[in-house]
Amino acid sequence: MPTDTNLKQLRVAITGGTSGLGLALVQRLTARGARVAFIARTARAVELIAKETGAYGIVGDVGRKDDIYPIALQVTGNLGGLDALVNNASSLGPTPLAPLADTECEELEQALTVNLLGPFRLTKALFGALAASARDRRGAVVINISSDAAVNAYSGWGEYSASKAALRSLTAIWAEEARAEGVAFLSLDPGDMDTPLHALAIPDADPATLKRPEDVAVEIVDALIAALPNWDARPIAARA
Amino acid sequence: MIASDRRDRRSARLLVVGADGGMRHLPRAALASLFDPGDLVIANDAATLPACLRGVHSASGEPIEVRLAGWVSAGDPTRFIALAFGAGDHRTRTEDRLSPPPLSPGDRLVFGALEAVVERPLDPPCLLRLQFLGDRATVLAGLARHGAPIQYAHVPEPLALWDVWTRIAADPIAFEPPSAGFALDWRTLAIWRRRGVDFATLTLAAGVSSTGCPALDSKLPFDEPFRIPERTAAAIVRAKANDARIVAIGTTVVRALESAAMAECGVRAGDGFARGRIVGGTQLRVVDAILTGVHQPGESHFELLRAFAPNELLERAASALVERRYRGHEFGDSLLVERTRAAAFA
Repeated sequence: MPTDTNLKQLRVAITGGTSGLGLALVQRLTARGARVAFIARTARAVELIAKETGAYGIVGDVGRKDDIYPIALQVTGNLGGLDALVNNASSLGPTPLAPLADTECEELEQALTVNLLGPFRLTKALFGALAASARDRRGAVVINISSDAAVNAYSGWGEYSASKAALRSLTAIWAEEARAEGVAFLSLDPGDMDTPLHALAIPDADPATLKRPEDVAVEIVDALIAALPNWDARPIAARA
Repeated sequence: MIASDRRDRRSARLLVVGADGGMRHLPRAALASLFDPGDLVIANDAATLPACLRGVHSASGEPIEVRLAGWVSAGDPTRFIALAFGAGDHRTRTEDRLSPPPLSPGDRLVFGALEAVVERPLDPPCLLRLQFLGDRATVLAGLARHGAPIQYAHVPEPLALWDVWTRIAADPIAFEPPSAGFALDWRTLAIWRRRGVDFATLTLAAGVSSTGCPALDSKLPFDEPFRIPERTAAAIVRAKANDARIVAIGTTVVRALESAAMAECGVRAGDGFARGRIVGGTQLRVVDAILTGVHQPGESHFELLRAFAPNELLERAASALVERRYRGHEFGDSLLVERTRAAAFA
């Protein structure tokens, strides 16, 4: 695939950037020249991926309220602004997956904290930067990674499902409210992927039936660019 | 956390001092219904750094508190002009704080995992130039972890970053919050948009406004770097052409716009420095009204208002603020002063 460098000015933050889809997004975007900051909890993994990809690595936990502003400070301080935020980090809750009647209240709380409050808080902290980018005619977009569990009922997926359904609803309302500011909001379901999270949920799944995160990352980056109205990522020769 | 102040955000009040000398007391939420279609509101969208660091001066083993106060090179977070204090914290008024241990070039300052070197002490001795060790990402991570917002004795509880970022906060380049912007929320901006009131931003690295060090306070505010986007400059030209008003949210916006004012009409887009003070008698070329916090006569924020309205009117406003118990400081109530019409400005 030809590497075009037209994403050089694009500033993207990705949560959960050291494995699965998040890592694939960091790799895809940095390979296309974008300026990327990613967030993950484990300092060693963050350091490694930062070194490998040239992205800014930020150690933090989106499930911890006190980490949110320090993360936002490092995102905007390192990138000098922000055009796109991908809320990708999420927690499955305890595995093996349990029916709701066996789920502790605290476990549901924890899933909501990471999968719903985390993206809400980080988006709120970075909304000023995203709106500033939109005012600057660069456009701005927030992509919240969803799941078919947000709309379908699967036994054992209660915590994850409820948190993803709430996130999907939050995304839809935010899309309405932020449209006038020029900040787009998308809820994207990547489908079943061959990732550590999926392996935890369904350990005996046949990897051959699962999508590769690298392929999904291509789709998501395309959707991200399409959501930025003034962003022309086509090779110069193909522009009108 | 300043939960009590934040609860009050919704019940904050606004005194409007009109161009005709009239005064109105309003709930601050009424800001959304002020101004006319075509008017342009301009705010400072700088986010605020956790610019206060407490650590140890390696050479003496003494505690030291450093408050970052100015950029050596705008946007480069590895080098700063800073103020230094000795032991103690923000609960002591800055005026009464202990001096730092004597500082020499090359001295190490240790703030947890973040380390800095004194490049050189400046004049007066509470001022220094320092360089943090490490690259941009390392320094930002260190500031995020070990820094706290600069705060003063009037708010005893420790402030968190979420207390000092306005709703529109974007680039973290200010040392103290552009606090007039606390009056803005997205609902107000949405209502202005529906009513045809235009909104634009600039970014100015608001610095420390007072230090308690008299030799230093006479030099404040420092020259502050700012950036005015093309779109904002264009909106100003449009508003002026239509005889609409330019409303500045905060003194930092006034300083930036008047510093960038051009001889004809409008302002230069791009990077600049806000220099000098705006006081009574300063000719305003761009701004027609200012929204600001509640300050006392004598404070630089109040003295700037003298460029907008005659002393007699400001004295009446100051009395009204005291009489009606308006709350001061950066998390308090608001004051909107329209520029008095020239004829009345005798």
